[in-house]
Amino acid sequence: MIDVCNLSKAFGDHLVLDGINERIEKGEKVVIVGPSGSGKSTFLRCLNLLEQPTGGEIFFEGQNITDPKTNINLIRRKMGMVFQQFNLFPHLTVKKNITLAPVTLGICSQQEADEKAMALLERIGLVEKANAYPRQLSGGQQQRIAIVRALAMNPDVMLFDEPTSALDPEMVGEVLEVMKELAQDGMTMVVVTHEMGFAREVATRVLFMDEGKIKEQAPPGEFFNNPQHPRLKEFLNKVL
Amino acid sequence: MMNFLYGIWDSFYFSFFEAQRWKFYLGGLKNTLFMSVVACIIGVVIGLVLAILKVSANSLSKPRGRRTLGGWLIRVGSGFADLYTTVIRGTPLLVQLLILYYGVFKTAPKEYAMWVAGLSFGINSGAYVCEIIRAGIQSIDRGQTEAGRSLGLNARQTMQLVVLPQAVKNILPTIFNEFITLLKETSVAGYIALTDLTRAGDVVRSRVWTITPLVISGLIYLILVILLTKVQGVLERRLGASDRRL
Repeated sequence: MIDVCNLSKAFGDHLVLDGINERIEKGEKVVIVGPSGSGKSTFLRCLNLLEQPTGGEIFFEGQNITDPKTNINLIRRKMGMVFQQFNLFPHLTVKKNITLAPVTLGICSQQEADEKAMALLERIGLVEKANAYPRQLSGGQQQRIAIVRALAMNPDVMLFDEPTSALDPEMVGEVLEVMKELAQDGMTMVVVTHEMGFAREVATRVLFMDEGKIKEQAPPGEFFNNPQHPRLKEFLNKVL
Repeated sequence: MMNFLYGIWDSFYFSFFEAQRWKFYLGGLKNTLFMSVVACIIGVVIGLVLAILKVSANSLSKPRGRRTLGGWLIRVGSGFADLYTTVIRGTPLLVQLLILYYGVFKTAPKEYAMWVAGLSFGINSGAYVCEIIRAGIQSIDRGQTEAGRSLGLNARQTMQLVVLPQAVKNILPTIFNEFITLLKETSVAGYIALTDLTRAGDVVRSRVWTITPLVISGLIYLILVILLTKVQGVLERRLGASDRRL
């Protein structure tokens, strides 16, 4: 589904991604872990071109999205993204947050979008917040709504950029729960996170990034129980 | 004490009601309002366009955005916007008005002088409005743009539906400040022989030989500014709806 060929990204002289090759298949749940500054968020943000790569190519469903002729807006409709800081639109109600993109892009009517939004809110148990504004909600509630806002576009893949890192500890669980349900429904997911429990439980594959490279990757059991690379061993010792 | 008050009232009566002089102020007020409204509209249009050009140039993705025609146009436009704000903010309003009136529109019929003045004030205000709007747009977190774009909205839709509505709230207090300044700065229109509110007061002063007419003009400006401030307050409260917590 996503093919990354020799991807590199430099900010000035600083090389953040150093020739990454990776392939993500439909239905996979790929969790990316690594120390801060290892390039994992940048890698994720390159996948929908929120960061413009400085080298290499990315293919999504067979299309080269790094080609300037590709209409990236059409690609992004198929790639949902969830941010560390939620990034809900504070001037719009919860329902309007969810329906804005589908209605503006002419994918469905306001009424259809409203119905879909209510169904999605039902799923995460926040129907009664449909007409509230984001600032009236807790971080956990905001992040769950940010997830369904992305789902309202019917994406083929969901990208999560440290979705629980800005949350109070007691709210992490409710967000991970929604993500687990999403995984069970068969969504293709790429998740950058520090939640090792989530990686162990949900991932089909875990990638370890360090110094702009993928240093090791394995299914979670092997990854956590039998790490090979010395940097990964050191990292796991610190976080587990 | 009473004599003093009677003196003030006499002077006011003489400067305002005697010989239907109030009509003179009213005429001046109309002209002041006309020029202010024309200038305000022109200023906001110019300011908005230039501000969006400046912001867009800053956020052009590299190297992708560089090669396209649109990217090139934005860069040229942004360069023009920089030049515009530098020149307009760097020279006095009165000089700009005189150049426009005696130079560019030298041959225009005199009855259009009011439009020339409105245009001149609008051109001037546009430079300030541009910087106000640019700052307002840039005060909105990058994450808002990223969220909009990640949902598939294009740059224009994201600006229009996500960024600008939020920026308006930050822009409002400063832009009303600019409107208030603009309203009062139209008083230089007297230099091109237009009878605005200031000029009207001064003409009456030359008849009655007291400063009371100027005080009357000043009071009318003050009332207008207070009204503008009230409008600002109403708008700010309305836009604040999403800030209220439960």
